[in-house]
Amino acid sequence: MTIPTIPPAAYLILGAILFAIGAIGVLTRRNAIIVFMSIELMLNSVNLSLIAFSYSLNSMDGVLFVFFVMAVSAAEAAVGLAIFVQLYRTRETINLDEINMMKW
Amino acid sequence: MFEQNISIAVQWLIFLGTACFAILTSILMVTRRNPIHSALLLVLTFLLTAVLFLLLRNPFIAIIQVLVYAGAVMMLIVFVIMLLELKSELRSALRVSFSKGAAVFTVLVILLCLFFAVSREPKGASGEYTSEMVSQLGSIKVVGKLLLTDYLLPFEIISILLLAAIVGAVVLAKQRLVEKE
Repeated sequence: MTIPTIPPAAYLILGAILFAIGAIGVLTRRNAIIVFMSIELMLNSVNLSLIAFSYSLNSMDGVLFVFFVMAVSAAEAAVGLAIFVQLYRTRETINLDEINMMKW
Repeated sequence: MFEQNISIAVQWLIFLGTACFAILTSILMVTRRNPIHSALLLVLTFLLTAVLFLLLRNPFIAIIQVLVYAGAVMMLIVFVIMLLELKSELRSALRVSFSKGAAVFTVLVILLCLFFAVSREPKGASGEYTSEMVSQLGSIKVVGKLLLTDYLLPFEIISILLLAAIVGAVVLAKQRLVEKE
């Protein structure tokens, strides 16, 4: 009797659960930094799914995609956090409910 | 046969332990009141995901995960939390309201759809890079070769994007000296 190897669906389900937790964080928290960290968690869970696909399909494309996703999220972190610092300097708050100057 | 069973059982143990711990830390990350606790729990989640990348025979992405995500991005976030000096009302925890309940319900419905979509075997043409071949060549060598042949254009675009992001971050975070005078 042999134990079955870990199916790729197990990794995909874990990725889906982490993605849902991140989405709940984005929708329910109002602190901009925590929303930002939840977005990073969502990106990370998508990376996990991409790597699981690339492992199960014997392809290298998923790995390259993860590489590009990481580069984009590093750029996003630099610009996004600079925007938070600038917002805090001018508005003294990073609560997303109070930042509504572009809303009408 | 016995040795193979042992190795697969150990892989299952590592996977289940890491998966449960990652779900736990990410739930804690979303619900903490203090942003710095959230940041440290997110670092823990990233490290656990790096373990899962190792389990998927991908040491290159695991190393990049630890360096870029758990190292660089999270250090930036921790520094910004330190700079901002958040007031006590900004450290609010989850407040229950109707719209937030609706948001959680919507996300859970999406999660259910994802379960149905994901729970069957992924279909698609199998590629040429089996894990034996990649581990024989070295995964960094394979990734580097693909980056400079098939993925050359995205690679160049990413380099321009990173340059633009650096310039943008410096311009945004700079003190406006003229306005102060």
